[in-house]
Amino acid sequence: MDKNRLISIKEEKRAKIIENLLQNDLIELVEDKVVLKGDYYKNQLRIALRNCDIINPFDIEEYIAFDGYLALHNVLTNLSQREVVDIMKNSLLRGRGGAGFPTGKKWEEAFTFDADQKYIICNADEGDPGAFMDRSILEKDPHSVLEGMAIGGYAIGANKGFIYVRAEYPQAVKTLKHAIEEAKTLGLLGKDIFKSGFDFDIELRLGSGAFVCGEGTALIESIEGHRGMPRPKLQRTAHVGLWGKPTIINNVETFANVAPIILNGAEWFRSIGTEKSPGTKVFSLVGKIENAGLVEVPMGTKLRDIVFDIGGGCQNNKEYKAVQTGGPSGGCIPKEYLDVAVDFESLASIGSIMGSGGMVVMDENTCMMDIAKYFLEFSVDESCGKCIPCREGTRRMYEILELITEGKAQMSDLEELENLAHVVSDTSLCGLGQTAPNPVITTLKYYKDEYIAHIVDKKCPAKSCKPLITYTISDKCIGCTLCKKNCPVDAIQGELKVKHSIDIEKCIKCGSCYEVCPVKPVKAVEIY
Amino acid sequence: MEYTFDLEKNKDKLTEYKDFLKMIKATNGALMPALQKAQELFNYLPKEVLKIVSEELRIPLAEIYGVATFYAQFSFIPKGENQISVCLGTACYVKGAQAILEEFEKELGIKQGETTSDLKFSINEARCLGDCSKAPVVMINSTLFPLVKKKDVKKILEDLR
Repeated sequence: MDKNRLISIKEEKRAKIIENLLQNDLIELVEDKVVLKGDYYKNQLRIALRNCDIINPFDIEEYIAFDGYLALHNVLTNLSQREVVDIMKNSLLRGRGGAGFPTGKKWEEAFTFDADQKYIICNADEGDPGAFMDRSILEKDPHSVLEGMAIGGYAIGANKGFIYVRAEYPQAVKTLKHAIEEAKTLGLLGKDIFKSGFDFDIELRLGSGAFVCGEGTALIESIEGHRGMPRPKLQRTAHVGLWGKPTIINNVETFANVAPIILNGAEWFRSIGTEKSPGTKVFSLVGKIENAGLVEVPMGTKLRDIVFDIGGGCQNNKEYKAVQTGGPSGGCIPKEYLDVAVDFESLASIGSIMGSGGMVVMDENTCMMDIAKYFLEFSVDESCGKCIPCREGTRRMYEILELITEGKAQMSDLEELENLAHVVSDTSLCGLGQTAPNPVITTLKYYKDEYIAHIVDKKCPAKSCKPLITYTISDKCIGCTLCKKNCPVDAIQGELKVKHSIDIEKCIKCGSCYEVCPVKPVKAVEIY
Repeated sequence: MEYTFDLEKNKDKLTEYKDFLKMIKATNGALMPALQKAQELFNYLPKEVLKIVSEELRIPLAEIYGVATFYAQFSFIPKGENQISVCLGTACYVKGAQAILEEFEKELGIKQGETTSDLKFSINEARCLGDCSKAPVVMINSTLFPLVKKKDVKKILEDLR
């Protein structure tokens, strides 16, 4: 394989692919650039997702047709390791996995550290519930990750890479396996790539269902064949990592950004996004949103533009209540902050985090205590148990939230909850524990009145917490007996064409009656 | 419930497994792939198989037990022929996934994490299957069921019986 071959493949394939896509009305050409068609994509800028839904992920030549592996060629034949590290440093690309550490700086740490063996790892253990950015890249454009890893490997002096994929993504594993084989066959992975003397191999390692393995040192432990428990950070993994060797761990989306930066330059990258957070970010916009899906926009885009202009607002014209970013480590962003710029600093300043890019939209019917409880339950389950604040603290917090949503809490419990939240976040060993209280901290900050409504008035304003709501039937009832027939516990009495009533003692609050009530526009079954 | 591992019935699989162990023995961090392969082949981690792993990879059984219990995908009881994973990720949760899970539990008479006595079905809650735009979703073996409603559950199960 050489540059001429890459270019000839590109010339042969590119026009055909574009023609085919145009025929199927899937894309349009904007200034010679291929853009997916439709309003949903109009306000997006796709760099990490550049090839997704455009190329066939099982055909390496289609990746090459869109400038694939040209960056790797340029790096291996024209640039020194130092120059590559410097380009990445200048681009100010920050880790897309959540913490936002500058990638170039990370690479420099490993590059300047002398060792006989170094490793580069792609963290594809995307575990935040509600996030599927990395899965899409792996399944739709695997070579962008492989190329990024090879460039990273060259820069730091590693000839071996690992991709750690979570077991829940079988399709991604399949796509990656195929992509690695294809790259090896064409000599784009393996020995003496582009006759530069640089060898690079990539091995797949699978997770087995442990959220904490997304944490760098836990991931390393898992690859080594141990329980995935984080290590104390006495040394950087860039110095002492996998099997004690210098190791760089980057996220899938980070690697997908590498080749475009090499091809277009650091200046170009910095011209997109904000000064401190350049480039774009992929978000998975889900929950109670009209147009759910993946969104890639420049950093600093207003949250309102993402949720309303691209996402189309809440489903069924319900009122927007909050968006949850950053998964179990993040926080809820209320209506007042819809105009916040989405970048690392701005989100942190209002108590949430960028995280890996999950954005779960909630409407007026979502109870924030229930959401906080949900995330806490997640953290309780996924805490590895190594350090006590996280293991015990999250559990105690969860129990308090349980009391609140059952209407059994007192105001003193709220104080205890807040106190615990800060202790857990200050004293846990790794990021999981340090950020686990965030959902509680932000909901306490922005929805304290709801907490108080649960505790003092014993009411759930979102009408979602079962123990705190009652079902009744209003005068609008037409006596159709549908609810009576559907009630699993025979709690509803009433004759045909006569107003029905619910026996509150018997009612298990399953909501079946509400679901089936045909009265319009306002149902006869009411929830208080 | 007690499940016994039938050595005779699993003879071929055991040979295949032993060959696999020999192949990966020399690689660093071989334990995870070894356990993953066992889970895939036998649908759970039988004690008899873990003893083989211990001897081949020279890792104490206690340490293997520690690793196996850490990861959610490993199981010490057989998984059912049809493995039902009900996604309880955030998006599915806000769209009523809990009720879907309860419906499966009710229909099959087992709780999540359990297997029916005829080994036909097992239920697990999943952490987010990454198909949030089609929430709530259920995955059975590797088939994804999007936009599942409570009333669909019976039909889904009937089709599998």
